Amino acid sequence: MRFVFKTGYDQDVRFFKHAGYWQSYGFLFIAAVTAPLYLGNFEISELTQAISFAIAGLGLMLLVGFTGQVSLGHAAFFGIGAYAQAWLLATFDIAFLVAMPIAAVFTGLIGLLLAIPLLRMTGIYLAIGTLALSIVLEQILKSWKSVTGGFDGKAVEPASLLGYQFNPDSWDFYYVALAILILVLALCANLLRSPTGRAMVAVRDSEVSARSMGVNIARTKITAFGISTAITGLGGALFAHKLQYLAPDGFNLIISITFLLMIVVGGLGSLQGAILGALVVILLPQAITIMKDYLPPSIGHQPGLEPGIFGLILVAFILFEPMGIYGRWRKIKLFFDIFPVYRKATFRRQKAYLKTERMR
Amino acid sequence: MSAVLSADDLTIRFGGLTAVDSVSFEVREREVYTIVGPNGAGKTTIFNLISRIYDPTEGRIRFGGEDITETPAHRIAGLGIARTFQNIELFEHATVLHNLLVGRHCKSRTNVFEELAFLPKVRRAEYEHREKVEEVIDFLDLQPYREQYIANLPYGVRKVVELARALCTEPKLLLLDEPASGLSVEETENVAFWIDDIKNDLGIAILMVEHDMSLVTEVSDRVMAMNDGRTIAEGTSDEVQNHPDVLRAYLGA
Repeated sequence: MRFVFKTGYDQDVRFFKHAGYWQSYGFLFIAAVTAPLYLGNFEISELTQAISFAIAGLGLMLLVGFTGQVSLGHAAFFGIGAYAQAWLLATFDIAFLVAMPIAAVFTGLIGLLLAIPLLRMTGIYLAIGTLALSIVLEQILKSWKSVTGGFDGKAVEPASLLGYQFNPDSWDFYYVALAILILVLALCANLLRSPTGRAMVAVRDSEVSARSMGVNIARTKITAFGISTAITGLGGALFAHKLQYLAPDGFNLIISITFLLMIVVGGLGSLQGAILGALVVILLPQAITIMKDYLPPSIGHQPGLEPGIFGLILVAFILFEPMGIYGRWRKIKLFFDIFPVYRKATFRRQKAYLKTERMR
Repeated sequence: MSAVLSADDLTIRFGGLTAVDSVSFEVREREVYTIVGPNGAGKTTIFNLISRIYDPTEGRIRFGGEDITETPAHRIAGLGIARTFQNIELFEHATVLHNLLVGRHCKSRTNVFEELAFLPKVRRAEYEHREKVEEVIDFLDLQPYREQYIANLPYGVRKVVELARALCTEPKLLLLDEPASGLSVEETENVAFWIDDIKNDLGIAILMVEHDMSLVTEVSDRVMAMNDGRTIAEGTSDEVQNHPDVLRAYLGA
């Protein structure tokens, strides 16, 4: 059992609440930094891809997991970020690390503009509205040839800095990605421990009482959408370098759904969940490929095996662990933290008391 | 004593239904003003009018001399009106501390960019908010629940957390929508003590809707009875309870 004695407010404000966090996240950090030593180029390249998905997932997590607004259109913003990065590098003579934040801010601005009409809708209607974004963007990418290259796609100039050229499949670019991921994590965590982040959670849980506490609902939602899309755009910009060649069908509805799957499997309402989810989504296809060799051909060579397994996993999580992988981890942690007295009911959703529907 | 809040000829119609029909009243400084009435009398609707969730069809609402009839709902807390809800509207998947800190939202002066970078300014503001929150936690004896998720708390504690969240906004006027509904006898007594303390120690005026007449009698300075959206009696608790129209409204005699 662990007792944390609190002697100052700072203990609640800082990222790592007690020594245990330093140990576990310290190990994780060391493991991530030394990864190129014990992993081959292929695995490192996969990890880099997972990181760019994780960044996009963090953006979506802020919106879905913390603000409670569903988006089926985040592949569009992922794509806008990627194409903006490619266009910026092709058009101006700037370093890729300078272009990335510009691409992110540009995506965020488009997100803000779209948020104003979109966030007037809620629930399923918002999902449909954002779903349209994915579809519309794909058409724009195909038709706006002068900027996107249309069906032919668009080459992304290699990432280089002060004459050093990064290899997107090697350890050097992995470190760039890792650094950006840590930066984005810090930004998200900062936001969540400040008034705006708390307001986002308030909007998610009860709009009517958030409003009477002085939260401007519309502004909070639009801010959340703006930040969310900017971060997803940044993930897209990173992904552009990873891909090296952009094609319109790389940012379609399937990617949007993959992002959603990622954050649900990882654990809604936690930043860690976005990263865990990204690892699952990127590593699972590899695992399936390996598994195929051991399955009887009648199953192993079925078309649609991969989407089928993805769907199955999503359904299983929603049924058995709605709090995702990170939720499961928290339960295990709590079990040991409070060792002999853990009750199954601790995480059970209690029956909600009557909600006031008439004021919505 | 001067009026903190005054409502003049407040009327709201939902289609053909007049939920509140030219109701006028005022809440004075350091006063507990209670609205009673049968279900559907329009009590909660008056609360929703004051917190600007509804727009009145007619009439004006003034708060501390300022006309708030057109003020957007999210500005109301900043002006100094806090409220609780009849059916508890807490942020369920957040801790008590988080809920109370949202109560400080109307006092926050930092923008989203400063927060993303978590500038020293934001950190200092966090400490100040936390200090105020701790005062309220001490006031309402919520210490054991600080880190708990609302979803894990019993009903009685949730009621107190909601009251605490309202107090965190440092209001001048507190709207309590059935603070004792669903509480045990002891918990109701606690509520009575707290209402007294809020009025006397913190100097906050209270507008309350409540059905528990013993609590109403114990804490209220003035009582208004409503039926079918109309005021039928106003005065002290005893006067209102013995008013013939009130008896008719409740007993149908």
